[in-house]
Amino acid sequence: MSGLEFSARLALGDFRLDAAFEGAERVTALFGPSGAGKSTILRLIAGLLRPDEGRIVLAGHTVFDSATGLNLPARKRRVGLVFQDGLLFPHMSVRQNLLYGPWARRAPKPAAFDRTVEILDIAKLLDRAPRRLSGGERQRAAIGRALLSDPAVLLMDEPVSAVDQERRAEILPHLASLTQEFPIPMIYVSHAIEEVERLADKVVRIRDGRIQDS
Amino acid sequence: MDFTPEEWQAIWLTLRVAVVAVVGSLPFAVAVAWVLSHTRFPGKILVEALISLPLVLPPVVTGYALLILLGRHGIIGQFLDRDLGIVLAFRWTGAAVAAAVMGFPFMVRGIRLSFDAIDRDLEGAAATLGAPAWLVFLTVTLPLALPGLLSGAVLAFGRSLGEFGATITFVSSIPGETRTIASGIYALLQTPDGDAEVLRLCAVSLVLSFGSLVVSELLIRAGQRRLAQ
Repeated sequence: MSGLEFSARLALGDFRLDAAFEGAERVTALFGPSGAGKSTILRLIAGLLRPDEGRIVLAGHTVFDSATGLNLPARKRRVGLVFQDGLLFPHMSVRQNLLYGPWARRAPKPAAFDRTVEILDIAKLLDRAPRRLSGGERQRAAIGRALLSDPAVLLMDEPVSAVDQERRAEILPHLASLTQEFPIPMIYVSHAIEEVERLADKVVRIRDGRIQDS
Repeated sequence: MDFTPEEWQAIWLTLRVAVVAVVGSLPFAVAVAWVLSHTRFPGKILVEALISLPLVLPPVVTGYALLILLGRHGIIGQFLDRDLGIVLAFRWTGAAVAAAVMGFPFMVRGIRLSFDAIDRDLEGAAATLGAPAWLVFLTVTLPLALPGLLSGAVLAFGRSLGEFGATITFVSSIPGETRTIASGIYALLQTPDGDAEVLRLCAVSLVLSFGSLVVSELLIRAGQRRLAQ
């Protein structure tokens, strides 16, 4: 068990989400077409959106429970969120991006810094500005930034969808070795089944804001 | 160009009033712009309309409102005078207040646009990495909005340079105290043989206003470059 439990109902304009699932020990894939509610689920888990009703447990700790009124803010949930297009801070170097989490928490430079940089193969990019990175490089840096904030769970929102086919092959092996090296449960969102099959221990299918089977 | 001491006085006073107006109102404008950009609340549209009101109200009405509120016997002004010894009416500080009120909508609008242009998920990313809201503001929102923020401030500065109606109503046009370039031009137009001086002050006004618009545009472009990934 990953200690991840998710159940939430949310109405956002015309969109209705009503979904519940439990995470696998390592990689849980959220699979479904665009607009199914996958990214919304990640935002709910991360604390960037608030469910109308529900309960979210991460690594055994309840972070949201509408029954008791508990709602931990995003900064206390210890989630590493990797967005579709990376979303590195454009006014900071790659190194500053990677160290933003520890810096914001006033923690020392993480012991895993060098190893993370090595696995992601971004050592040569540390002093570059994000706009001078390729899509794949940007995405690897974003994964590093999330990992180095010492997360209890890693949330990947289609981390390779904005990257072309060739570059995808460059990121996916990194992801595979990361899941080996860092024993952090991961939720991986994708609409491409080939990515999901390779990585996931469990696939949760979602469509129109509802879970199909799991 | 050789300026008379009176002209120098008016130019210097105009710049001083505009700088004080902009610097003094900037923190409020940033706070208001942040709230308008990041929150939803009932009656928000009324707050937005209220802030923009000086754009459409006859300036003489704004000036008269300032007199009623902040004049020596005004609703707030009497307490400022009695308890704090602050008098605004017919003083250059009052001119700065009038300029600040008239420039405020420009400033809020410019700053708000630059806040709106920032991807909310960038702020969300900072939050998930462990940054409290104030740190997200200082390290992500503010640096990314900075050029737009300065552009809004420069635009308000330009607006302050030309402020006339509300100023003359609230603080009159007292040489050496509240006679700015704009009210100086108006006073000269009332006197015979003032044409040469009028033209000189008009030229100064043109240069300052045009300059601040150019600076404002340059800052907006710098802002767009900054946000580009």
